[in-house]
Amino acid sequence: MSNFTNGTGGLSRRGLLKGATALGAAGLILPASVRKAMAEPKRGGVLRIALASGNTTDSLDPATWDSTFVQSFNTARCNTLTEIAPDGTLVGELAESWEASADAVTWTFKIREGVTFHSGKAMTVDDVVASINYHRGEESKSAAKPYVDPITDIKADGQNVVITLSGGNADFPFILADYHLVVLPSADGKIDVTTTDGTGAYVLDSFEPGVSVKMSRNPNYFKSDRAWFDGIDALSIVDAAARQNALITGEVDVIDGVDLNTVSLLERAPGIKVLPVTGNQHFVFPMDTRLSPYDNNNIRQALKYGLDRDELVEKILRGFGSAGNDHPIGRGQRYFNTELEQKTYDPDKAKFYLKEAGMDSISVQLSAADAAFSGAVDSAVLYAERAAAAGINIEVVREPSDGYWDNVWMKKPFCASYWGGRPTEDLMFSVAYSAGAPWNDSFWDHARFNELLVSARSELDDDKRRQMYWEMQDICANEGGVVIPMFASYVNAHSDKVGVPEVIGTNQGLDGLRLYERWWFA
Amino acid sequence: MGLIWTMIAKRLGLGLLTLFVISVIIFSATELLPGDFAKAILGQSATEETLAAFRKEIGLDLPAYQRYFNWLGGAIQGDFGTSLSGNKRPVADLIATRLGNTLFLALYAAAIAVPLSLVLGILAALYRNSIFDRAANAAALTSISFPEFFVAYILIFVLAQSGLFPSMTRMDADTTLGEGLYRAFLPALTLTLVVTAHMMRMTRAAIINLLASPYIEMARLKGINPMRVILKHALPNALAPIITVIALNLAYLITGVVVVEVVFVYPGLGQLMVDSVAKRDFPVVQAVALIFAAAYVLLNLTADVLSTLSNPRLIHRK
Repeated sequence: MSNFTNGTGGLSRRGLLKGATALGAAGLILPASVRKAMAEPKRGGVLRIALASGNTTDSLDPATWDSTFVQSFNTARCNTLTEIAPDGTLVGELAESWEASADAVTWTFKIREGVTFHSGKAMTVDDVVASINYHRGEESKSAAKPYVDPITDIKADGQNVVITLSGGNADFPFILADYHLVVLPSADGKIDVTTTDGTGAYVLDSFEPGVSVKMSRNPNYFKSDRAWFDGIDALSIVDAAARQNALITGEVDVIDGVDLNTVSLLERAPGIKVLPVTGNQHFVFPMDTRLSPYDNNNIRQALKYGLDRDELVEKILRGFGSAGNDHPIGRGQRYFNTELEQKTYDPDKAKFYLKEAGMDSISVQLSAADAAFSGAVDSAVLYAERAAAAGINIEVVREPSDGYWDNVWMKKPFCASYWGGRPTEDLMFSVAYSAGAPWNDSFWDHARFNELLVSARSELDDDKRRQMYWEMQDICANEGGVVIPMFASYVNAHSDKVGVPEVIGTNQGLDGLRLYERWWFA
Repeated sequence: MGLIWTMIAKRLGLGLLTLFVISVIIFSATELLPGDFAKAILGQSATEETLAAFRKEIGLDLPAYQRYFNWLGGAIQGDFGTSLSGNKRPVADLIATRLGNTLFLALYAAAIAVPLSLVLGILAALYRNSIFDRAANAAALTSISFPEFFVAYILIFVLAQSGLFPSMTRMDADTTLGEGLYRAFLPALTLTLVVTAHMMRMTRAAIINLLASPYIEMARLKGINPMRVILKHALPNALAPIITVIALNLAYLITGVVVVEVVFVYPGLGQLMVDSVAKRDFPVVQAVALIFAAAYVLLNLTADVLSTLSNPRLIHRK
């Protein structure tokens, strides 16, 4: 899925308008003593990594990158205009700096000079324009289309790219860090989507879809403090036990998607470290707020209080996550509302809200399949057990995983789903909570919320924005149509030979998809 | 001998018809599945517009019968089309290496399993009801009773975590034969354990069946040693059922090993088939299904031809 999320830290007003260029910013925020204690990155070695995703239908076309496997190796092959640093701030990648007009409608990006593709061709401003245009327009089949739809005009101006939006958006540079929006070589204003070329840290040597990818370091990479490995050898191992065996027997150095049921066994294996990273990925139970009984907010509140979030985190996530508060903003995000009361399991309150709605008990159906998230069916069953104490009878309907997004999600009135999160509050709310958005899976339409969403988007004053986003989280949590039981960590494991940076990107799995260029062999 | 050739020709013709029917069934089945390739790839993030553009690009906007006949027209000329995925890889390319891998593993497993089960079956018949017979039977039945993945995990636990054999099987273009045999040992052993029981017990039963016949009695009375009785007198007459069972198991080794492929990360056809069905990549599903069907048709034909040849009464029919 197209998930990019944001981690900790904030973007200052100056940083927002000017664009930081210091790539090492993440390292600089650490006290000197800590930095000394950390092993210095060094070059060498071929990283062997096994990932849980990867499919024989994977392709090099950026419109279709749907799994961590393709996303990560293509992020190593290519670059985007901006990059979300491990601490969650935004830094330049192929764009050196950027500036916005006062209303945040027109954005000017200064493109880095002297960058070449692996083929030797110089990367030009035209390549940037063509690469972004590929995702726009009627013909686009790209999953990133909704992100670039607000662009009304994009043109080259010397070494700059000038982008005009349909409305002000203070977070626009964050969107350009999306992994779909990589810069590929172009000819006559079109990019070739089958090319293996790119400007990134690693040159693609071989790609066998659903099996493996081999890459070697790009000797001309424009970042000197990145790309420590000589090469990358990434394998797709879908079976969790096989993946963990590969790590234990030393066939690979890093794996993702550790099976939470056996994580304690893996922790005991010699020479292996388990690395959980708290991200903004969260699991949800959206209700169709247009339909009875979910159109009544008292019923929605009752359902939100009838859920034992801590139990789900403990039993489904084995502690690798945190309780959700019925809004999609993660603790690490810039405008996370720290004063909003955390909802807990409270059958009395749930009963109270039922009574408000004029009912003593209620029966609902909850559709779930593990396609929504691993453990979705178990979560639904636990939910039903706890909710029963409040007079809420949940009948868990077990749906087939196959075709889940076609037939269940946004079709059944109450179901399980997940979001990988988005890098900014605006994107997350716009995509899944604004009225009429194609993925608004609760079909929620709240006038005050929608109004705040638009005004916060173009607001450049940090305090005012914070106030607005805080209010929106409050509205979402107490009047919204989505039960958000938990935020799940990304759980990876690696051999102790691998060097891991002190700060790890949380915007996506695999160190914000940039593990290949950020990690090293100790 | 003419009889044999007519039979082969007839069966091949019927086989082609079977393949055609299978292609229709598979196509209709993929059509019946909810969702399509565009939806499967774009998943949760699909919008109506992007789906329409995607379908148009890969030709999914055409009506189903038209897509089927386009595919059939190509297939008759040996062109199985291109995968729907953005790589536009010809299906033949996509399948070639994986088919090679699948055949390699199937042959490897068969090379261990067939001689092993024949020898065990013959010995079990020879020493029937002895401790050896009971032990061999019990062991074979135990291994067939466990699910494949369980056998695989046990082997990994015992043989791979101690470092004797690799827990996963990487095969690429520059893997030498020796290396390939070493790396694929555990999956081959797993499959051996799974298929041996069937063939061994069939061998034993077929031979024991014959041991009650008068002509065996006669051979015994003549004082021929029991091993010779079985090899010279009983076995040739027991060949037909044994060959059939071997052919069935070989077909299984080609078509039914996806679980073993997944556990050992072996890039074979099974995994490709499962992936393609999940993503509704219909040209690939069709091609793989046809290969699987062809394997059954050809192996059954081979079994029938060999059984006929092993039986003089069928060859010299009046």
